[in-house]
Amino acid sequence: MQRSNENATAVTVEREGDRLCLGGSWTLAHYRALKRLLEHQPVPAGELTLQLDGVRALDTAGATLLANWLGAQRLQHWLVADRTLAPERRALLETVIKAVSREPAPPPRAAPLALVALAYLGAQVESLYRHFLQLSGFIGLVLQTLFSLLLRPWRWRMTALVNQIQETGFNAVPIVALLTFLVGAVVAFLGATVLGEFGAEIYTVNLVAYAFLREFGVVLAAILLAGRTASAFTAQIGSMKANEELDALRTLGLNPMELLVIPRVLALVLTLPLLTFVAIMAGLAGGALVALLSLDIPLGQFFRILADVPLRHYLVGLGKAPLFAFVVAVIGCMEGFNVSGSAESVGQHTTSAVVQSIFMVILLDAVAALFFMQVGW
Amino acid sequence: MAADGKQTALIEVRGLCNRFGSNSVHENLDLALYPGEILGVVGGSGSGKSVLLRSIVGLNRPSGGEVRLFGENLLALSGRKRSQLEQRLGVLFQGGALFSSLTVRENVALPLMEHAGLGRADAEALAEMKLALTGLAAHAGDLYPASLSGGMVKRAALARALALDPDVLFLDEPTAGLDPIGAADFDQLLLTLRNALRVAVFMVTHDLDSLWTVCDRIAVLSQKRVLVADTPERVAQHEDEWVQAYFNGPRGRAAHTAARET
Repeated sequence: MQRSNENATAVTVEREGDRLCLGGSWTLAHYRALKRLLEHQPVPAGELTLQLDGVRALDTAGATLLANWLGAQRLQHWLVADRTLAPERRALLETVIKAVSREPAPPPRAAPLALVALAYLGAQVESLYRHFLQLSGFIGLVLQTLFSLLLRPWRWRMTALVNQIQETGFNAVPIVALLTFLVGAVVAFLGATVLGEFGAEIYTVNLVAYAFLREFGVVLAAILLAGRTASAFTAQIGSMKANEELDALRTLGLNPMELLVIPRVLALVLTLPLLTFVAIMAGLAGGALVALLSLDIPLGQFFRILADVPLRHYLVGLGKAPLFAFVVAVIGCMEGFNVSGSAESVGQHTTSAVVQSIFMVILLDAVAALFFMQVGW
Repeated sequence: MAADGKQTALIEVRGLCNRFGSNSVHENLDLALYPGEILGVVGGSGSGKSVLLRSIVGLNRPSGGEVRLFGENLLALSGRKRSQLEQRLGVLFQGGALFSSLTVRENVALPLMEHAGLGRADAEALAEMKLALTGLAAHAGDLYPASLSGGMVKRAALARALALDPDVLFLDEPTAGLDPIGAADFDQLLLTLRNALRVAVFMVTHDLDSLWTVCDRIAVLSQKRVLVADTPERVAQHEDEWVQAYFNGPRGRAAHTAARET
């Protein structure tokens, strides 16, 4: 007689002649003990006779292990011949045998690693290309809808527009102002440190003024909007897509572009220049505070230097705002339309919208800086 | 009121009250679920069937009364004991509620890894068996929930509910949204599993065919309590107007005839 015992309460397999006596709890709770036990047991050869009277509890996990160990076919043969088994155990074993002997899915074909890497690279490049095509297409669609609406003022969605302006513009004022105020102060400190070595602290004012009028005001406001609003657009439109609300709009003969996208794009195009103005003012205030407190430049002198800065620098900065706003809004909305059903997809596309719009804002700003430098503005 | 009063109930609901603001859904509701039975719960829309299910599994704290699972009050237990008790319950939500970021097989393997302490390979092998048990095709395990059909979602969600071999299975409208053939298959699957696993089933449903085919008892929720809970034949005899309209209306009669013929 061969005997193996895991511990006092656990599972046993014993042989009495050609009979196999099982004992203990053949349940999920003892799965690991069972598995270890069966690994060291040779599979009995020849005619199989099982004795399950010692088994206190049997569930699908235990039955699966038994079926896998003995082989589903053999267990089935024994089950057919056996007359003593309790009906509920017989039903359980039969159900599990049927499940275990299902045809397994054909394993996926393995490709060489180099080929997989190459295919991955190809797929990425193709998806980038498709993405660019899609973005161009979407921009075209937005412009087309915009111009077709221009001639039909009775279809302007004023309520939605005003609502979006409040959401994306008005409610963003505190965070934009605070952030640019702090950056203005930091730039002033930086200027004071570097320029102070040449005894040219007074030019700190020029540094802050030029930086904020031309670049920082609009770029910071646009990046904040990309993080705050592009993500919101994607999540809003994406959940509507997941909930089939966009399809419902279409079947009602309504155009989601007109109802959802245009008010958002217009709201952003209208509010970003205003937010840029707020950002510039707050940045200058931050600079002025540092100039006053740590460089001893009185406010009067600060404003006199500011007044000498040509107006075109302000216009260069402000002129970029509608373009940035358009790009941020379009990317946010487009990613919303790309959402596919699941909660995870909403998250992925929201992330993607923020990353893309920040990238585009900085890229466009760099291109614009080059352009304005060449033109000499 | 039970078919066999001697057995101790797995679930006992006593004097349950549920109020949302000024709107009262349940008042002094009593209900019991016995081992190995399939209990169908019916009621008009808004009669609080889903709220009852959520109260029993502990997702909703009742305003009054008590729910005892296996003789214990779930909401009064400490976190660890509560988790142990919850592992004896399996819930199939109406929309499936499969985790969309995991494949079907990982969905089923998750509770096995978290609670039964299995390694990934063991858990996935066992999960594959559960998927086969609920009749899913072999390739479905690798799919994500988003690419499943309605019937496959129900089966995959059932496999997850059965992952830990629960003592009680809760089903919220399991056949809603399935075609008649799929719904009939699901009924047969439920009977097979009940007979094989000896699991008690608490099923909220509107499907008259299901009620006649699989239920041992039916509880009717009406007037904020359980109006009657008894065998389908006896419930159908109840004199209440709503019960009569439900079971002996044109659809109810057709379903009954169909169930008797099979």
